[in-house]
Amino acid sequence: MPKIFIERQNKTVNVKALTMEEVLEKLNINPEEVLTVKNNELVTLDTKITEKDTIKLLSVISGG
Amino acid sequence: MPCKNCKEKPVITLTNSNVKLCRVHFIKYFERKVMHTIGKYKLLDKEDNVGVALSGGKDSMTIAYLLNEIRKKRKNFKLQAILIDEGIKGYRSKTVIDAKKFCKEHKIPLKIFSYKKEIGSTLDIMLSKTHKKPCSVCGVFRRYLLNMKSRELGFNKLATGHNLDDEAQSILMNQLRSNPEVSARLGPITGIQDNKDFVRRIKPLYLLTEKETATYAFLRKFPVTFTECPNAKQGYRDDVRTLLNQFEKKYPGSKHAMVNAFLETLPALKQHFQDTSEIRSCKICQEPTSKEICQACTLQQELHLK
Repeated sequence: MPKIFIERQNKTVNVKALTMEEVLEKLNINPEEVLTVKNNELVTLDTKITEKDTIKLLSVISGG
Repeated sequence: MPCKNCKEKPVITLTNSNVKLCRVHFIKYFERKVMHTIGKYKLLDKEDNVGVALSGGKDSMTIAYLLNEIRKKRKNFKLQAILIDEGIKGYRSKTVIDAKKFCKEHKIPLKIFSYKKEIGSTLDIMLSKTHKKPCSVCGVFRRYLLNMKSRELGFNKLATGHNLDDEAQSILMNQLRSNPEVSARLGPITGIQDNKDFVRRIKPLYLLTEKETATYAFLRKFPVTFTECPNAKQGYRDDVRTLLNQFEKKYPGSKHAMVNAFLETLPALKQHFQDTSEIRSCKICQEPTSKEICQACTLQQELHLK
C-alpha cells in the first residue's frame, strides 16, 4: 500500500489506492484543498500510483 | 490526458474549465491572468510606489515576485515589502524566516513591524486575555498597522495576496451575516480614493484560486513552508471555506461564477452604500477613523494595553 504524507495533519498513512483521486476519496480530503505531489512533482488526480512512490498532500490553505 | 496545449504531463486541472495544463503552460496562464487583472481593474500606474504586504505565505510571495518582475521593467515603479509579525508561536516565526530568505534572494527591501513593539503585546498573549475570536482581534491590529506603516513609508498602494477563494469567502460570509455594506468595500481595488490618510489596497491575484496560487508558488520553488495559521481553524471563515470547497467539488466553477456575478453587482452596491461618514482623527492615536476613538485603540483599551 502506498504511504501518503498528509501535511495539514503532519502524519503519514497507508492507503490502498491506484490513483491520486482514490487516495483523496479514501481519506475524505477535498481536491480543492491540497496539492497532490508524487515523487516531488505536481500531478493531477488521474495519476496512477504504486507503493514505490513518495506521495505528499500539501495544504493550499495558508491564512494570513 | 496530456496538457491541453502540448504533450507534456499536466500539473493541474482548472476546475472552472476542466482544462489540464503542464508546468510551462500553467505558469503562462497564471501570469497572463494576473496581468489581465492588473490591466482590467487599473491596479497599477507607471510611477506607483507600491508596498506589498508579505506574510511569508504562498499568496503574498507570489504577488511580491510578480510585482518585482514588473518593477524590473519600469524605471519609476517602486516596490517594498512590509511584514507584520503578530507574535504567533510556531507559525509566524517560521514564515518570517521564509519571507527574509525570499526578499534577500529577489532583492526586495523588507520592513518588519511587530504587535509586541507597536501595539504592546503579542497576539498569543492578547488571546489569553480575551474570549474574542483570534481573527477578529488580529484583523483589527493588522489593518491598522498596515495602513499606518504603508503611509509612513510613502506607499500610494498596498498589494495584498488576496485570491479568488478569499473573495468568494468574504462575499458569502457577508451574505450569511447580512452585511451587504461590508461587501460594498470588497473588489480588486479597495479603500478610499484621494484621501492622504488611507493607502488603497490592490489584489492582483483576485481572479486566481487558492489552489492555482499554491501551484504557482510550488512550481516557482518559493521558500514556502506550506503551513497554515494555527488560529485559522477557529474562524467562521474556515467553515465557509469548507462549505465553498465542497460545493466546488460537486459543481466545478461555482467560486468563479460567484465572484464574477459579484463583480457585476459591485458598482451598484458601492453606489448604494456610499460611505458619507466624516473621516476624523482618533482622539488617542490620531489615525483616521469614522468614530471618536479608532477600533485599534478601543481594542487596546479592552485588552488593558492602554
